Amino acid sequence: MKFSLGPIQYFWPKAQVQQFYRQAAESAIDIVYLGETVCSKRRELKLDDYLQLAHMLREAGKQVCLSTMTLLEAPSELRELRRYCENGDFLVEANDVGAIQMLQEQGITFVCGPAISCYNQHALRRLVGMGLQRWVLPVELSGQWLRDLLSQSCIQDIRDCFQTELLAFGHLPLAWSGRCFTARSENRSKDQCELCCIKYPAGRTVTSQDGKQVFVLNGIQTQSGERYNLINQLPQMHGLVDIVRLSPQHEGTFDWLAKFKANQHGAAPQPLPAGDCNGYWLQLAGMAAG
Amino acid sequence: MELLCPAGSVPALKAAIEHGADAVYVGLKDETNARHFAGLNLDQLKLKEAADYVHRHGRKLHVAINTFAHPNSWQRWQEAVDSAVKAGADALILADMAVLGYAAERYPKVERHLSVQASATNAAAIEFYRQYGVSRVVLPRVLSLQQVRALARTCNIDLEVFAFGSLCIMAEGRCYLSSYFTGESPNTAGACSPAAFVRWDEHDGLLESRLNGVLIDRFAPDETAGYPTLCKGRFEVDGERYHVLEEPTSLNTLSLLPELYKEGIVSLKIEGRQRSPAYVAQLTKVWRQAIDTLLQDPAHFEVAANWQQVLAGLSEGSQTTLGAYHRAWK
Repeated sequence: MKFSLGPIQYFWPKAQVQQFYRQAAESAIDIVYLGETVCSKRRELKLDDYLQLAHMLREAGKQVCLSTMTLLEAPSELRELRRYCENGDFLVEANDVGAIQMLQEQGITFVCGPAISCYNQHALRRLVGMGLQRWVLPVELSGQWLRDLLSQSCIQDIRDCFQTELLAFGHLPLAWSGRCFTARSENRSKDQCELCCIKYPAGRTVTSQDGKQVFVLNGIQTQSGERYNLINQLPQMHGLVDIVRLSPQHEGTFDWLAKFKANQHGAAPQPLPAGDCNGYWLQLAGMAAG
Repeated sequence: MELLCPAGSVPALKAAIEHGADAVYVGLKDETNARHFAGLNLDQLKLKEAADYVHRHGRKLHVAINTFAHPNSWQRWQEAVDSAVKAGADALILADMAVLGYAAERYPKVERHLSVQASATNAAAIEFYRQYGVSRVVLPRVLSLQQVRALARTCNIDLEVFAFGSLCIMAEGRCYLSSYFTGESPNTAGACSPAAFVRWDEHDGLLESRLNGVLIDRFAPDETAGYPTLCKGRFEVDGERYHVLEEPTSLNTLSLLPELYKEGIVSLKIEGRQRSPAYVAQLTKVWRQAIDTLLQDPAHFEVAANWQQVLAGLSEGSQTTLGAYHRAWK
């Protein structure tokens, strides 16, 4: 079982991002995903900055993958995407089928990110044919769903052609919109957002009228109000999940990496902190804690 | 420019045809479509009856098979495609690349439309789905008119847009909010904010709506209480209470008709397979009149006041919006 750091979902100042990856370089992480996946207006780091970080991390012994935008609308976003896809060096995570199209044209193998709708063995088999080498499950799928999928006969003969990866820690990306909810929360329109996301390094918390955390606003992305945390389910994942992904949080990401590594085989279970959930993996409502 | 109307039953389908729909879209009575609600949709027999009726009137039938197949019940999606073809569907509305691939290989001559649930928001994504021979793409409701225009001008493929009805504000097919709350999502169960999880309570004179226990909104006696679709609730950010994601409102593009026509949009889709035959009849009538007026004299098209009046009466919270088509909404 390997561990990865997903792309940073929030809008952090450049210095904070660089500091985070210096820490990553010294950590026990195996794989690092770099890149802006939420909003093309966030330009604290450009592709060249990410490539610099990528080289630094690779020299530190990490496998690096460039992660790409999820909701692609403008032609300018497609041009930027093409630059990522044709970087010529690092593996690319596609978060929209548009990226798969570009990578497939170039004959480049790819990682299929969690926002691409691959739900069954036949879709997965087709994607493997296009060059998928790693499949990150959609966040709403359960352990049982994954077990059922991998046990299908049409997967047996290709099981060694791809890896499986599961987002197992962090606020879950649940939706992407044409509208920017952080700008809206400041009474601004998206066109006049003034990049206000940068003020909220952990997003903005949304509560119900009786005080339950329901969502986290992160620009055009809506995240789960609760933090997903599958630390105690790791021992059941052997043979199913090849790579366990932690989504960078504003605080405590590397402490949790250490806890996750310690509990790979069940040696160091943790009480689930208040505000954490694990429902999806357990075939419950995502927000549930089982 | 085609008027494509929704039907969740044979009476709704007949109402749509009688009032001037060029085509009607329906789903089968199971989780293979994104409106999998109790008492809704057609079984194999009704589907045949629907196809025969539509064809007798020289119109078209589209069948939505637009959820994502489950590992252990893949056959159900295959059978849904088989059933729709057997009944005589003119087009299949598909989202899952596995189902698209199956339909393309098994029934290459039956038209395939890319469902909005496939979330194709850009030219590269549309290019991706060409490998399944799709002849038409239903565009997600997150795009602005400017973006729709750019796609219409650069992609050599028929485009269909949502013209009226419930407004999904998230990119369709990639929204997991409903399963986060309830375990059931549009992708996996063909439902959003499913009714089985809804509870209404009264507390201190306020009506509360909950979805799987989570408080979605509270209504004073003088407020209209809407269905607790989770993205349309009133929540709080830093102590401020408002519709954090979206107000209860419906999409209405009547005023954009000339622009959509000019860009060569081939089909206007009306949302609402879950609605009654009476609703479908009223809506179809208005949109038929509007399209006919437009086609007679596109340069001088004006929205009639009585059309807007009827549409407002059929809208959530009696409010309508241009949604993402209008940049200011974003």
